[in-house]
Amino acid sequence: MLSRVAERVYWTGRYIERVENTARLVQVYAALLLDMPDDVRLGWYNLVALNGAEADFDARYTERDEASVVRFLIGDRDNPMSMVSSLAAVRENIRTTRDVVPAASWELANQLSLYVATHLEAGIQRRERQGFLDWIIGRCQHLNGLLIGTMCRDAAWEFMVLGRNLERADMTTRILDAGAVAVASLAEDEMAGSSRQIVWGSVLRSLDAAQSYRRTVRRAVKGHLVARFLLEDPHFPRTLNHCLNRMLHAASNLPRRGAIVDLLEAILNEGFDGIDYKQLGSEFRDVLNDLQIGLGRAHQQIQAVWFADQSA
Amino acid sequence: MTIDWNAYTSSAGFDELIDASGAPRPAARALLAYLQSLTADELDLRRRAAEGAIREMGVTFTVYSEGENIDRAWPFDIIPRVIDAEHWRRTAAGLKQRLSALNLFIDDLYNDQRILKDGVVPRSLIEESANFRPECRGVSPRFGAWSHVCGTDLVRDDDGEFYVLEDNLRVPSGVSYMLENRAISKRVLADIFQSQHVEPVDNYPAQLFDTLASLSPRPLDKPVIAVLTPGIYNSAYFEHAYLAQQMGAELVEGTDLLVDDDDCVYMKTIDGPARVDVIYRRIDDLFLDPEAFRPDSMLGVPGLMRAWRAGNVALANAPGAGVADDKVIYAYVPAIIRYYLDQDPLVPNVETFICLDEKQREHALANLDKLVVKPANESGGYGMLIGPHASEAERETFAERIRANPRNYIAQKTLNLSTAPTLVDTGVVEPRHLDLRPFVLQSEHQFVTTGGLTRVAMRKGSLVVNSSQGGGSKDTWILSCEEPR
Repeated sequence: MLSRVAERVYWTGRYIERVENTARLVQVYAALLLDMPDDVRLGWYNLVALNGAEADFDARYTERDEASVVRFLIGDRDNPMSMVSSLAAVRENIRTTRDVVPAASWELANQLSLYVATHLEAGIQRRERQGFLDWIIGRCQHLNGLLIGTMCRDAAWEFMVLGRNLERADMTTRILDAGAVAVASLAEDEMAGSSRQIVWGSVLRSLDAAQSYRRTVRRAVKGHLVARFLLEDPHFPRTLNHCLNRMLHAASNLPRRGAIVDLLEAILNEGFDGIDYKQLGSEFRDVLNDLQIGLGRAHQQIQAVWFADQSA
Repeated sequence: MTIDWNAYTSSAGFDELIDASGAPRPAARALLAYLQSLTADELDLRRRAAEGAIREMGVTFTVYSEGENIDRAWPFDIIPRVIDAEHWRRTAAGLKQRLSALNLFIDDLYNDQRILKDGVVPRSLIEESANFRPECRGVSPRFGAWSHVCGTDLVRDDDGEFYVLEDNLRVPSGVSYMLENRAISKRVLADIFQSQHVEPVDNYPAQLFDTLASLSPRPLDKPVIAVLTPGIYNSAYFEHAYLAQQMGAELVEGTDLLVDDDDCVYMKTIDGPARVDVIYRRIDDLFLDPEAFRPDSMLGVPGLMRAWRAGNVALANAPGAGVADDKVIYAYVPAIIRYYLDQDPLVPNVETFICLDEKQREHALANLDKLVVKPANESGGYGMLIGPHASEAERETFAERIRANPRNYIAQKTLNLSTAPTLVDTGVVEPRHLDLRPFVLQSEHQFVTTGGLTRVAMRKGSLVVNSSQGGGSKDTWILSCEEPR
């Protein structure tokens, strides 16, 4: 398989995931704010911080309100991490790898782009946003379903899996981090207990993990249980443990895999050691930070081993 | 409200669907009966469905405009063009005959040059051709095939016969649109399609694959075939990707390939370099290899010509094939067919006068008001003279140029391209001019597409069919005119 094509398929996997995650994140966050007590100063700007995009946002927006943040995250073509930019990247990557991805995925990517182009302005207004984002999430699931159902399980598939799971794992660490920040910002009053529960419930929902959590953990939503579940549960497809295992499995089907397999195994074996889930403060955030650094290294390894220019 | 088909009057020339008396041609009877049964709104519904299908299928061509590359939706008219099956079979045989002769000609030019020694084609024409590549001398590609994929432009004159307007022997494009047009008309005209026995076009990718595979220098069950594209900003990128996907071939850009010290071509893969056997290249000769041709080419692969000459990789089409499709050689194709095959051409050229020949020149000069004059030498840059539309002074200027440099000119009869009914607005069907580009394959065997890509000049009276200049397209149906039972 061509290195250039492998790289583009990997990014297709990542960007599909990013489109869906961004759409869901905005949905869940809007619902969360509605459930918070009036005196809680939990603003939309947290979503910008969660994506590490403060500098870009501050350079081009004056207000940190809902309208600005939603436009920035969903509809801003100048923000390379926005949903529309990610969607354009999905389409461009599929367009340039049409020989290895199912033909229907190209049609679907086109439908998505057309829909977003015609509905974007209305879709980021509060009144229509829910339906707009639901449609996009549904189409991303449709696209992933199509790939799972019809894509040949050759090297291209493994790169798609690598990209998808790396992006998922990264998003899970970011959302856990955002949850920790949100909980820390709550005032210690009689509302705090229920507010914390609402925050961690939102964390689960933004990963579509609430149902699996209930079935697996069988306990009320508590921060330490949610954190452990989202990092260590082997079965739910968006936990760190699961994503890293999928990546390991995908890498083991590829040539020249030695270094990347070692790296992923090291994260799996040592990354969750000694986490004190009872304390979700700065130490826990350091753990999440280390995991993100590990994922960044994995990305660099993938790039160096399989995508690098081999010209003499 | 139905469309008033009685108001449809073809312009003076030959109409593909309706004869001079206003009656449907036999092969088009069922189609026209169907179209006449639809109201204007029903027809429009189908037009919109086709537009939706084109957008969803992502059928595009790229135009470069205002510093940006824009993907435009492929322009398509839903009313098919119908060609009688018997007539098509004769035409297809003629296309095969023509490509056989042209390949023999190219092979001869780069080897023994018998045809020049025998004086059938003047040596000077070849030696001064911008498309003759001395780098190709002495090479003998498999099966003597240089142009493996040929796109022949056909037009129909007032008599309803097909004439060859142009041979495209280098990197002809358009076949993916032929295939997509069929996919679209199956979707939007399913009701009439079912009852007709339209001959299928879908086997082209498989035939192209077999043609390419047979060229492999290594005897393998599964030779490695790559489609070499200039990249996503090329106007035909859609087609390159489409064909690679349909054939299960690798779609590569120049930077994906390298030629190693063993003079073999490799592509850069996740597993390191992997040998390539056949390259279907969609890059012009001069950009193929910066070592051999333009040193500033960023699209090509350094050393590719070296690998090809060593026989370690097959290139389709072969470099240098374009020597046989420039305008002056065109005039000699009937003679070339007779010389190599000892046969009369089955599909005629448009009547052409070679100004180098004294008698033909005199005829051309005496009839400039009826002829089109084309500069034979591509680098001439004098432009064309369209006799009937030119002023007396312009014709005089051209007459002087022809006398001064007769070798640089050919003159052709002014053609009246055929028309077909075209939906130009809701409820409005008018005749529009069209041409036809079938695709012909040659390696061990030959193959001709059933029909080809029909291009339509969408502006009234226009003869310009290029999609970048307001041209559209139609599906092309090859239909037997026997009544279906």
